[in-house]
Amino acid sequence: MAGGEQHCKRFGLTAILLAVLQFAVAGALSARPWVEPESFTLKNGMKVIVLPDRRAPVVTHMVWYKAGAADEPPGKSGIAHFLEHLMFKGTEKIPPGEFSKIVARLGGNDNAFTSYDYTAYFQRVALDKLPQVMEMEAGRMEHLRLTDAVVLPERDVILEERNSRIDNNPESLFSEQMEAAQYLSHPYGRPVIGWRHEMQQLTSADALAYYRRYYGPDNAVLIVAGDIDAESLRPLAEKYYGVIAPRGIPAHVRPLEPPQLAARRLQMQDPRVALPAWRRTFLAPSYNRREGGDPEALEVLSQIVGGGSTSRLYRALVVEKAIASAVSASYHGFARDYGQFGLHAIPRSGQSLSALETEIDALLADVLKNGVTAEEVARAKTQLVAAAVYAQDSQQTMAQIFGEVLMSGRSIEDVVAWPDRIAQVTPERVAEAARHVFKPERSVTGTLLKAEKN
Amino acid sequence: MPRARYRMFSALAALFAVMVLSTPSLAALKVQRVTSPGGIKAWLAEEHALPMIVMNFAFRGGAKLDPPGRLGLANLAASTIDEGAGEMDSQAFQTRLEELAIQLGFQADQDAFHGRMKTLTQNRAEAFRLLKLALGAPRFDEEPVARIKAQILAGLRADEEDPQTIASKAWFAAAFPDHPYGRPDKGEADQVKQISASDLRQFIKSQFTRDRLVITVAGDIGAKELGRLLDEAFGGLPEGSGAAPSAPVAPQVDQNILIEREIPQTVIMFGLPGMLRKDPDFIPAYVMNYILGGGGFSSRLTTEIREKRGLAYSVYSYLMPLEQSGLFVGGVATQNERAGETVRLLRQELKRLRDKGVTGKELEDAKTYLTGSFPLRFDSNAKIAAQLNGLQLEDLDADYLERRNDLIRAVTREDVNRVARRLLNVENLLVVSVGQPAG
Repeated sequence: MAGGEQHCKRFGLTAILLAVLQFAVAGALSARPWVEPESFTLKNGMKVIVLPDRRAPVVTHMVWYKAGAADEPPGKSGIAHFLEHLMFKGTEKIPPGEFSKIVARLGGNDNAFTSYDYTAYFQRVALDKLPQVMEMEAGRMEHLRLTDAVVLPERDVILEERNSRIDNNPESLFSEQMEAAQYLSHPYGRPVIGWRHEMQQLTSADALAYYRRYYGPDNAVLIVAGDIDAESLRPLAEKYYGVIAPRGIPAHVRPLEPPQLAARRLQMQDPRVALPAWRRTFLAPSYNRREGGDPEALEVLSQIVGGGSTSRLYRALVVEKAIASAVSASYHGFARDYGQFGLHAIPRSGQSLSALETEIDALLADVLKNGVTAEEVARAKTQLVAAAVYAQDSQQTMAQIFGEVLMSGRSIEDVVAWPDRIAQVTPERVAEAARHVFKPERSVTGTLLKAEKN
Repeated sequence: MPRARYRMFSALAALFAVMVLSTPSLAALKVQRVTSPGGIKAWLAEEHALPMIVMNFAFRGGAKLDPPGRLGLANLAASTIDEGAGEMDSQAFQTRLEELAIQLGFQADQDAFHGRMKTLTQNRAEAFRLLKLALGAPRFDEEPVARIKAQILAGLRADEEDPQTIASKAWFAAAFPDHPYGRPDKGEADQVKQISASDLRQFIKSQFTRDRLVITVAGDIGAKELGRLLDEAFGGLPEGSGAAPSAPVAPQVDQNILIEREIPQTVIMFGLPGMLRKDPDFIPAYVMNYILGGGGFSSRLTTEIREKRGLAYSVYSYLMPLEQSGLFVGGVATQNERAGETVRLLRQELKRLRDKGVTGKELEDAKTYLTGSFPLRFDSNAKIAAQLNGLQLEDLDADYLERRNDLIRAVTREDVNRVARRLLNVENLLVVSVGQPAG
């Protein structure tokens, strides 16, 4: 709560997801766009977005590659994320282990993160240090150097990362199983960090093969937010990134899902489970491949069903029936291929998961039959619009939002227009979106229970 | 998946004091001292670029004042004062907040009860009115209190299986057997169940007092109007009789505690006595810790344990200056088979720094980072409000922003080596390991 040293650098998938799910826009309130990005494209195909914020003399510099865990070859799960780690291991000019130390000596912070559709790198520095970090970032776009002496200890690091995030935590293992069950063919079903047995076999050659295939200016977007404008940035972008030859990136070809015909169910037991949990996910349209769906209406629907303490799920299960201690709904639409609509509940002590499921089924059936009210839709939209103003308070959040949306295959204009599109959502569209997504045969339902020890 | 250091915060770690500080490039940040017509004081960082206002405030006191038999009282109060107030029941109050997109949040740590409010400028009057109701007229109706208790009990149950929390709770219990810092600040299940609405009313009456209050506002509002709104939200609170003076308490260290759990990775928390925020050596100690374990990839611990040997994803240390006790603590997690090796390395690095000190280059790099990165903490209204309120809680004045980087620059190798010798008594380390460590 209190400020504290900023020593928590964590951009888990959830945080990124939240940043995007919660952004929205002032444009809905006024004629002026809520955000006025500047952009241009370098001759080698690298797109550049500038998000001016003049309040403090600092900038957030990010390079996003349109390549993530969903682009890994079969049997090499985790290689996108492993490469992300290895990108800090040196170039022709920068010795192994020095990259972050140099940024620190510039008074900056740096980090990186990997998801299904992208891998991104960033530095936060005072404005006058921007050229130096651009030079370094451009350098590792084409001159990465790897040796076993640095690669092998780093493989142990990602295995420890997997231990910390996943294997020490039954809820994370359960999520991993749920995701795997959602996809029969598409690589969204593999964990970003990788399956342990495959991670253990990853090599420098695997990392370099992925790097050479996907890392190049024609597959990257540069985003700079903060105390700068396009006019000042352009010469720097041309000097550092504009000189890199395009890689010639192969088209994204990923296996797609067959139609889901049968509801899937999982039951997981683990002796370390403290609280039983119930989850359901539905494969949903993404903004990028709308497939007859309505992503904007799904944003509003998730807010109404499980977005806060006045949502339908919370009112019914936590307040009135008092059978759950926590409930939530989520919609993740900014994905290149498939979106996902999720429901999550934890029972109150002594209540069964089947009682929870019965009530949730009844609640969803009611939405399908009777739709939602105009008042609920209005409140949800207000929340989304305000969240946009609040998002603008952070240059880093704004850079994150544009990056995520661009990586999902959508455009700057989609970000700018988003609030107006949300504002146009009607109760009828929300009901129709619910009918489109809430189909039992397209669901995965999972329960997590404590295993009794023998 | 970030590659870097993500740190496990215990509830107490959230207390970790703010090193809010300043640099010439913070010149744009002007802090006004506002006193309302009714005498409420606040710091204001006025910024009209966005139509929003953030307010952070705190009442000194916190969970360490929870009475015996009622552990978790401050935490329960933090989660229930916005569950119905004045004429509005829980759902009415929450609906009103959502209709206007006003965010209210409260949290108790060991030393203070914190509040934060975020609102669009256009809804400011209603935001301050709702805050006034939450602070002055919470209802504590039976349904929401029972519901929130159930949520807290579920959280406590989850904590029992979370290796980080297990380690942290055990560490503080061992370090402070006879002081409230040794008690979990979210309480204990059997005591949380006993807390009544009358306990909650007594809590707000005794703790929400003007003499314990510090306030910081950042965003789209001027001093004059803020004065009126401060009176609206806080003017009705009693003056209070002054917080009890708090005597320093030393942590009991020199212990090795093993808590066996069937998990693949051992989670380790370690620590020693540190120093209070007002200690004249706090800044040198802060610089020393940056070099040892506070500086991410620039730190010795990360270099030795992660980069060279791949033993861990995250290893770190930090100073935790609680109001009554200064601590130096850290953590690491590693596969069970290499836990012994990792703890030996940790001890070796602490010893090396104590016995041999830092190099001139390490000190210069630390200073460059700590001074140069300072403006990054002030690039949003939310950060500014949080940083400045932390400064107030540490009894530092706003002019500290101007002095801070000079204080860092003035630190010498002799200073750092002196505090290393004073703090890093590695033979006395208190280590808690959760897992099935080998070696």
